[in-house]
Amino acid sequence: MNGKLAHLFAAGEFIVTTELAPPDSANPDDVLQRAAVFDGAVDAINATDSSGANCHMASLATCVILKQHGYHPIMQMSCRDRNRIAMQGEVLGAAALGLRDIVFISGDGVQSGDHPGAKPVFDLDSISLIGIVKTMRDSGQYASGRKLTGRPDVFIGAVDNPFVPDMDFRVMRLAKKIAAGAQFIQTQYCFDVPVLKQYMAKVRALELHRQAAILIGVGPLASAKTALWMREHVPGIHIPDHIIARLAAATDPKQEGRLICREIMQALRDTDGVAGIHMMAYRQEECVPELIRQSQILAQRRMPCVTRNSVTDLITH
Amino acid sequence: MRKIRYWSVTHAGALLRIYRTLEWGMIKLDPLWRRLGYARIEKPLTSVETVIKQTLFDCKMCGQCVLSQTGMACPMNCPKQVRNGPCGGVRGNGHCEVNPEMRCVWMEAIRGAENMPQPSALHNTQQPLNHARQGQSSWIMTIKKRSADREST
Repeated sequence: MNGKLAHLFAAGEFIVTTELAPPDSANPDDVLQRAAVFDGAVDAINATDSSGANCHMASLATCVILKQHGYHPIMQMSCRDRNRIAMQGEVLGAAALGLRDIVFISGDGVQSGDHPGAKPVFDLDSISLIGIVKTMRDSGQYASGRKLTGRPDVFIGAVDNPFVPDMDFRVMRLAKKIAAGAQFIQTQYCFDVPVLKQYMAKVRALELHRQAAILIGVGPLASAKTALWMREHVPGIHIPDHIIARLAAATDPKQEGRLICREIMQALRDTDGVAGIHMMAYRQEECVPELIRQSQILAQRRMPCVTRNSVTDLITH
Repeated sequence: MRKIRYWSVTHAGALLRIYRTLEWGMIKLDPLWRRLGYARIEKPLTSVETVIKQTLFDCKMCGQCVLSQTGMACPMNCPKQVRNGPCGGVRGNGHCEVNPEMRCVWMEAIRGAENMPQPSALHNTQQPLNHARQGQSSWIMTIKKRSADREST
């Protein structure tokens, strides 16, 4: 396995990934502009797959643009928009284009996006898809059993949400995802450290953290109003009342939101079994390098955090 | 009817016992079904299955019934048809992210499984759905398979 994430996980390094919303444009410069703010601060960048069921540039294309310019992209593939024929073909295509890290998700319902009249495909769920990709890679065959002539060397990613019911069942489902083939996990936003710690205790009891790199989702909240809106309207977001109260009481809510985020990042770094963080700083992307630097979460890293390889590196590798 | 669906989950254990008894009887009758020809009984039996399962479970006749593993909650009622759930969008009150008035199908499955003799069946990994079997009878498939298994042992 040659992927960067696999390498960092095997080396026991604390990993930082982040997220880029692909643009509503056909201009590659728009992708690069969005990526540039992360320079020097993160190991890899997810390109979301029309998240929230809102249409954007394809994740595959966004990842290829990022890769061509030295970034390490993580592709996302949602079951919402394609059937198994399209998805298996896309996995082969992505691997052929050099994309190694792919996150497979069920995806948001179309009702939450800008095309609520679209047909929700959901031919597979995320666990079935993960199983199929693992079979393609390890057994060299499609779900149909037909042989591949070249296998996709993919490091398989998945998502989880430790903060929604049923809390006990969540970890069992995570175990099922990992058994199906997931090798790294990116979670929903963590705003509740005690709940996360309970979740991680269960993860450790099943030794899941040894089988997959668990990256916990974090992000700065801009204000109490934003936090309340997110809690109300974004599926799967859990924000405790005391966090909202802190934001409401602050004279500078934006700075308070970033301080809360840094505190959570530090708590995560000190939690056994957490392999890293996945930073989702939607509309506050510019603060990501500062958050990572100030939180000191990478202080103990032995390998440098390289967001973007130079063009010479690209030629020699 | 969502109310009936929730009732069925509450009585998952009893419904499973009734189903198992019926299944046992149907397998016993295998020689009769063969004489009549499975092709001939398929249509009427599929209609009976459809009516019963639609009433009790809001069944979608996917043709690959997993009710006996999912606490009598049909995963095809999940708006994302997640057969290995629940997804990460479950609301704090256990309702569906897509359809806020509806309880999450998988939260129902967890509730129903507690009333079943083998709650751990809920953790089985379900294989991708074969959409070509949509509308076909799961009962006939099971009876045929069980009868064949019995003969081979």
